[in-house]
Amino acid sequence: MKSFRPFHIAMPVVLSLLVAYTIRASAADPQTIVLASTTSVENSGLLARILPQFTKETGIEVHVIAQGTGQALATAAHGDADLVLVHDPEAEAKFMAAGDGLTRQEIAWNDFVIVGPSSDPAHVAGAGDAVAALKMIAAAKAPFVSRGDKSGTDALEKRLWKAAGLDPAAAGGGWYRDIGGGMGAALNTAAAMNAYTLSDRGTWLSFGHKVDLAIVLEGDPRLLNRYDVILLNPQTHPQAKQAPAHRFASWLASPEGQAAIAGYMIAGQRLFHPESDQKP
Amino acid sequence: MPDILNTIRVALGLLVGFDTTLLHIVALSLAVSLSASCAAMVCGLPLGTALAVFRFRGRRLLILLANALLGLPPVVVGLGLYLLLSRSGPLGRLGILFTPTAMVIAQFTLALPIVVALSHRAMVGIWRDYGDDLLVSGATRFRAIPHLLSIGRLEALTASLAGFGRSVSEVGAILIVGGNIAGYTRTMTTAIMLETSEGHLGFALALGLILVVISIAVNACAFAIEARVRRIVPQEAA
Repeated sequence: MKSFRPFHIAMPVVLSLLVAYTIRASAADPQTIVLASTTSVENSGLLARILPQFTKETGIEVHVIAQGTGQALATAAHGDADLVLVHDPEAEAKFMAAGDGLTRQEIAWNDFVIVGPSSDPAHVAGAGDAVAALKMIAAAKAPFVSRGDKSGTDALEKRLWKAAGLDPAAAGGGWYRDIGGGMGAALNTAAAMNAYTLSDRGTWLSFGHKVDLAIVLEGDPRLLNRYDVILLNPQTHPQAKQAPAHRFASWLASPEGQAAIAGYMIAGQRLFHPESDQKP
Repeated sequence: MPDILNTIRVALGLLVGFDTTLLHIVALSLAVSLSASCAAMVCGLPLGTALAVFRFRGRRLLILLANALLGLPPVVVGLGLYLLLSRSGPLGRLGILFTPTAMVIAQFTLALPIVVALSHRAMVGIWRDYGDDLLVSGATRFRAIPHLLSIGRLEALTASLAGFGRSVSEVGAILIVGGNIAGYTRTMTTAIMLETSEGHLGFALALGLILVVISIAVNACAFAIEARVRRIVPQEAA
């Protein structure tokens, strides 16, 4: 019965303590901030492209939690982020009114597009504007994938349906499919079901599994998509790392930050316009 | 649709090319899941064995609980831990939400019931066969636990590997408490989720293949160590 050796147990314990220690040490770094962001700025590759430049200039590391706008604002309201980067003006206004935000600044914009099967069975391409397009999709009972996740894109989609005077969730017939997922999941689902969906241009351009999907409608001023950075109110969120968060927000708005945003392209197309670009 | 041959080629290319981002993701996956399952092993094996050896009030309830928690949904663990670790939660002062530490805790919570339930089940049989002898030779029930673990080390290893398998394969809990931060809390499974959502299905599948290969490698290592121990131990005992 000598085969049991304490060292058999001691080794994993030491190992896990060691790992936990290294991990814990890096978490307490004051030069690291948590950014709760919408998925589009992360999934489109924008942040991965511009953050190294910021980190190099300032030594501040930015940890990005990519969530839908609704969830990102909730994360910040719980006190689990140092600043937010989101794109839903109405939800942002509520966030500010609740005293969670200190300042809100627009740092970039692009637009939303309606994508659908390239054969365009509901003939949306000739609709002219987004509201008319949704009416045509509903009339044709063509499959439509909704994010249904309270993200910025989801909020705009709901507003467009309201403007069209329709309640697709109550319409029945199974053509309106609420998937409760991110933009990428919605595009994957739309590609699989030959359905229409509303997407931000950044995610659409960087999406790698378009199959038969194509842009069927774009250019409606209602489809404007603005991205705002919000600093947290130190009174309601004293734990937020104010100084480095402020530095990051100012950098995004600075000429260097704006140039970095403008310089991000995929296949020769610009994904995000700097704030100063003329809007349609 | 990504074709299989091309996917395998991408996976091999990634492995052979020693892509640094990928290496970091693999290393973090292993560090988190190994720490979580080692911790689950250290706590769970003695606990499971104790449940087989001791007779006390509430024992059956604990066994039932461990078995019921085998099917604990990772998202529920993730959500519960999020509420605990959030700045607005009771443990918010620790500041460990969205860190690998939080991920280790989440996976530990998932792996522990597996290690406890499986080791208990195995040790019940061993205790039946050897228990009387151990007690007659003068060991207390408490002292009998390490002896039992030594006799049933293969079963203990299986239980621990099952815990590791659960840790390394889950995504729901670490996505919520880790936040899938690039270069910090992004693991194999959360990276696969992300690549899938970006429509890079071939790349996501390649990552999946690598995860399977790593899982097999860890299991093979564990069994190789076990085989070595088996060869050495009888001589020592003699």
